[in-house]
Amino acid sequence: MVPVSAYVLVSAILFVTGLVGVLIRRNFIIVLMSVEIMLNAANINLVAFAHHLDSLAGQIMTLFVIAIAAGEAAVGLAIIIVVFRGKIATNVDQINLLKW
Amino acid sequence: MIPVFFSYFALVSIAAGILTVSLRNPVHCGIALLALLGHVAGLFVLLHAEFVAVVQIIIYAGAILILYLFVLMLLNLKSEERYFHRRHAWYVTGVGALTVELLMVLLASRFSGAKGPATVEAVEEVGNSMAIGIVMFSDYLLPFEIVGVFLLGAIVGAIVLAKAPSSSEGEYR
Repeated sequence: MVPVSAYVLVSAILFVTGLVGVLIRRNFIIVLMSVEIMLNAANINLVAFAHHLDSLAGQIMTLFVIAIAAGEAAVGLAIIIVVFRGKIATNVDQINLLKW
Repeated sequence: MIPVFFSYFALVSIAAGILTVSLRNPVHCGIALLALLGHVAGLFVLLHAEFVAVVQIIIYAGAILILYLFVLMLLNLKSEERYFHRRHAWYVTGVGALTVELLMVLLASRFSGAKGPATVEAVEEVGNSMAIGIVMFSDYLLPFEIVGVFLLGAIVGAIVLAKAPSSSEGEYR
């Protein structure tokens, strides 16, 4: 029997990995992938506590999180395509001006 | 046996997460993310969440990750010369310290709470998918519908954003 704190540990380590990725990487798509890592860490937490507390609410929230992640990926990648088409910028730090 | 599988899935998913963040070639990062998603699905199976594990494989690995790889190859991104934010590398130190702090708190906690009705035996009686379906279409019907509207908005937004600008509105990007 694996204690729930082990799952929470894995989840915390994965979340911090994703957070570091968002902070230090420059490539758009890698930044979005790091966000996916963070969402996965949250999912592990939700499912672990659903199992620990004998409730299905966590699993259902995980399904909602996966749906939100799908929408986020679609819209985020569409924005990346627009930015790439408009001006050649593949790094997040090159987009520092809004249109005025 | 379960602790063995747990350690395998946990260690490989952590390693794959670190590889996703640290590899230089974006396509390799995508492959590492695929390994991460698969092993997180393994963790879900260990937690008796079979339906979520299958959804994780089909939606995450099968749809979302393919979308990422598709855009990567469409845009033909080369490996970056400028790789990390060198200036901001000190973030990592702060984040690491925060993690150690967090882990200390977590390891000391017992995570007690009110137990719900869905024990492993009760769920296995009807099957994991059916148990989830019953709860989702009764208690969580409104969030379910809201997610449907959200996905519709995401689809329309993605199409509008990614559509090639026509000549009459060439000014608008």
